[in-house]
Amino acid sequence: MSTSTFIAERHPSDPLFRADRLPHIWCPGCGIGPAMHAYAQAMVESEIPLARHVCVSGIGCTGRVPGYLNMDSYHTTHGRAIPFATAIAIVKPELEVTVYSGDGDLFAIGGNHFIHAARRNVDLNVICINNFNYGMTGGQVGPTTPMGARATTAPFGNYEQPFNLPYLAAATGAVFVARWTSLHLRQLKQAFLRAMKKRGFTFVEVLAPCPVGFGRPNDIGDAMEEMTLYRERCVVDASARLDSLDIDLRDKERPITLGNFVDIERPVFDPLAMMRPAGERENHAALAGKTQEG
Amino acid sequence: MPVIRSARVPLDRASVIVPAGRVYVIPQRCKECRFCIDFCPKDVLVTSTETNAKGYRYPVVAPGKEEACVHCEFCSLVCPEYAIFTVEGPRAEVPA
Repeated sequence: MSTSTFIAERHPSDPLFRADRLPHIWCPGCGIGPAMHAYAQAMVESEIPLARHVCVSGIGCTGRVPGYLNMDSYHTTHGRAIPFATAIAIVKPELEVTVYSGDGDLFAIGGNHFIHAARRNVDLNVICINNFNYGMTGGQVGPTTPMGARATTAPFGNYEQPFNLPYLAAATGAVFVARWTSLHLRQLKQAFLRAMKKRGFTFVEVLAPCPVGFGRPNDIGDAMEEMTLYRERCVVDASARLDSLDIDLRDKERPITLGNFVDIERPVFDPLAMMRPAGERENHAALAGKTQEG
Repeated sequence: MPVIRSARVPLDRASVIVPAGRVYVIPQRCKECRFCIDFCPKDVLVTSTETNAKGYRYPVVAPGKEEACVHCEFCSLVCPEYAIFTVEGPRAEVPA
């Protein structure tokens, strides 16, 4: 061994994780790990005490994230993370509620919950790890699998038009919409910080390599190759037209556009306001410890 | 991608102090995805010749690169297993 490599027992970020559960179950090179690290660091830098952060997930590989975070976290039924989190956000407005789940959970079985939570502008941060397939169950076609990509249930290539997630989130009413990858970690952390500071429904899509479920049938040899693909093809353009954000992996010339696309203000969903005396309604934002301006 | 290097030297080159980093590795967590090795901007790391208990070759500092780490912390950020980090300063201690 090289004499200048030092061996450690613990990582400086270990207090944020349930370190006794590490190493985690995710495959070598999975993109969920870096994104979870960026989220944990954003929580620390958000100046909101960890005791006021809540993380809710559904089912899937990404659904395991709350189990590894050393905080109040909930692992709910498949697709129902957003309704569960909506209740927390309404009853306890002082909490910073984050839904951390995968594309299959949020947009296939939980798609209806997503669009209606965005329409109502519930005070939630939704983080979607998009790995283009159902990873945990063995790499089936999901609602985000790009056209032409092969999967267990599409051996000749996917023939369905996938969701354009930032376009969907913006169209249904999200006040902050961003897309980054597991490689753009400093930008991703800034996007998480902006989402935590902002009141209302915020959405961050994280493109993540899935070397076993998605990479193997699509001739992407390993996670490193998928990360290199992001490095070469991603361009940052926050002013890009939202309807042009489709991901097509077959067209090598077509860039994958990243950025913080939407940052607007809308009234936040607060159904309990009617039940409060008039004076306290205005105090609701102050109670939440956040301002409309962010 | 081709690496573009500036032909000119920045005006404040003499006054800027480049941080020095020490690389710490937690070998038993590593799953050999090679992100830290390939994305290190200074090419400080290589895979070890030894393996950990699960048979993965973890990163070690390459011969001749002992002083090359600039503590950018990207290896720490990009590691999916939280198995590598850097500490600034040549005489830093292992965190408890």
